[in-house]
Amino acid sequence: MKLASPHNARHPVGGLALLCWWLGGMLLLMMAILLGVIIGETPLPLDTVAAVFANNLWNASYPVERIDAGIIWNYRLPRTLVAAACGAGLALSGVVLQALIRNALADPYLLGVSAGASTGAVAVTILGVGGGALGISSGAFIGAILAFSLVAALARAAGGGSAQLVLAGIAGSQLFNALTSFFVAKSANAEQARGIMFWLLGNLSGVRWPDVSLAVPAAIFGLVVCLWYIRAMDAFAFGARSAAALGVHVRRVQLVLIGAVTLMTATMVSLVGSIGFVGLVIPHVVRMLTGPRHAQLVPVAALAGAVFLIAADIASRLLIPGQVVAIGVVTALVGAPGFAVILIRNRRRS
Amino acid sequence: MKVSLQGLSWSARQRIIVDDVTLEIASGETFGLVGANGSGKSTLLRLIAGLMPRARGEVQLNGTPMSRLSRREVAQNLALVEQHADTDEALTARDAAELGRTPWLSALRPFGPADSAIVDQALEMVGMSHMADAAWDTLSGGERQRIHIARALAQQPGVLLLDEPTNHLDIHHQLSLLQLVRSLPVTVILALHDLNQAMECDRLGVMQGGRLIACGPPQEVLDPALLAQSFRVGARVLTDSHDSARLFRFHCIED
Ligand SMILES: Nc1ncnc2c1ncn2[C@@H]1O[C@H](COP(=O)(O)OP(=O)(O)O)[C@@H](O)[C@H]1O
Ligand SMILES: [Mg+2]
Repeated sequence: MKLASPHNARHPVGGLALLCWWLGGMLLLMMAILLGVIIGETPLPLDTVAAVFANNLWNASYPVERIDAGIIWNYRLPRTLVAAACGAGLALSGVVLQALIRNALADPYLLGVSAGASTGAVAVTILGVGGGALGISSGAFIGAILAFSLVAALARAAGGGSAQLVLAGIAGSQLFNALTSFFVAKSANAEQARGIMFWLLGNLSGVRWPDVSLAVPAAIFGLVVCLWYIRAMDAFAFGARSAAALGVHVRRVQLVLIGAVTLMTATMVSLVGSIGFVGLVIPHVVRMLTGPRHAQLVPVAALAGAVFLIAADIASRLLIPGQVVAIGVVTALVGAPGFAVILIRNRRRS
Repeated sequence: MKVSLQGLSWSARQRIIVDDVTLEIASGETFGLVGANGSGKSTLLRLIAGLMPRARGEVQLNGTPMSRLSRREVAQNLALVEQHADTDEALTARDAAELGRTPWLSALRPFGPADSAIVDQALEMVGMSHMADAAWDTLSGGERQRIHIARALAQQPGVLLLDEPTNHLDIHHQLSLLQLVRSLPVTVILALHDLNQAMECDRLGVMQGGRLIACGPPQEVLDPALLAQSFRVGARVLTDSHDSARLFRFHCIED
């Protein structure tokens, strides 16, 4: 009765196999991080990188040029780690939103969450909202929650379907982007305005170690929450009512997962600006590899998002010699055509 | 598992859709719900499953009010197959059936060989084992329906709620499904639109305008006067000379 099927091949549930997959994924991530540190305008040799790592991690004292050591440890490594965390966080946000909203277009960028987070961050930095008591990240979090609530309320008023939610998200993004521009025009000086506009497109050049200690925990927290709810996300395949009939506490799952998404998006936006297309494209590409089951989709999407954004960051440093292209520009240049391909493929299938 | 409904009601936009339904269904009984389109059968099934917001009245499973159970406990006891449930996900038939194990699993209690065996058995019962690896969007309406039923069986419920389960099924699978449902040692409540199939149930409830207007053994409930009133059809009863089963032959009444 039991068939040897491709399906079974897709479920390497054995403990050892699972361990191998996780180790392999970790190895891939480490390699990507290493490349992110090595490659740049001044390529640094592997032995220098190894020496700097040893000096910082194990108090070794290999002789290394001060400048090289600074570039590697204070500049490229934090930047690469934040890129990895952002990529993972954005890809996971896409996975969660697509599962809950049951729309292939759902991602934090299109639903206005990123735009709301930018507005919140800008309101704190330029307008001084919160009077210094609010950090940029908290401002971004509040902005993200406000934006998503507004979008959800608008979608509900428009009849409550998933198409309505995406349309409301587009309206919400436009509104919050306009608010951001308005705040910038009203209160920022020319130099601030330039900085903010560059940051809004997604920019990793200012990233230092304190940013790592925000981004990495946010991404790991998001990953753990998603892994905890893989079964619940699977159960949404036939809609929210069907999930409820399968014993899922729909309200609680929605609240926790959307909360995690808002937290991740807000953290990432406050650190590096809003980066589009990662949340949209990565989950679709990964689904082609793993299938739609979240037990595989969630970890692989997190890994793919991390590796993709590290690669995008490397590309942003190399694309125009002597100049850094905003990483959001790189993800859009790759993501937009990628998404077009996905749209066409999906149409053919249905 | 015994199911009791007390004063179940539901309304939307000032319109009463299900009106004060009170009913006891014995453990192991196969209970059919019949009624014209829009009479409230689907809504009543969802109410029994505890899935409607702002519901009034109470459902008890073996004497325990369902409101005291968690969603997960409810799903361990009661499975619902809805009329229209579809997905865009590229699931296989087996993936969809495996969803039935959801209420028994958690992050700390993952899908294991025992669950796999239960799913295999459920697919076998609806005759879909051979298509387990087929993609959902390649399945016919009837095949999807049978997978939904396999999913519900994989929940291992004490109560099975089926909303017009024989829709989309060819005649062979209609009959074998009804036979399967009657042979299961669980309480089954199913909405049916074919009155000849409804004759196979232990008891029938007739819905009209959200109210349960009649309830009892099929032969007593489905009399020509009631059929004329609630389905707006004339009916003649024929008797099969082979096993003296009663059959209806319908004709339209103009009003
Ligand atoms: N969510 C809802 N809001 C408003 N009206 C509804 C809703 N659900 C069902 N109805 C109405 O309730 C009536 C009964 O529907 P339903 O229970 O699906 O009937 P049946 O399954 O017997 O055909 C229909 O007239 C339908 O339009
Ligand atoms: Mg119905």
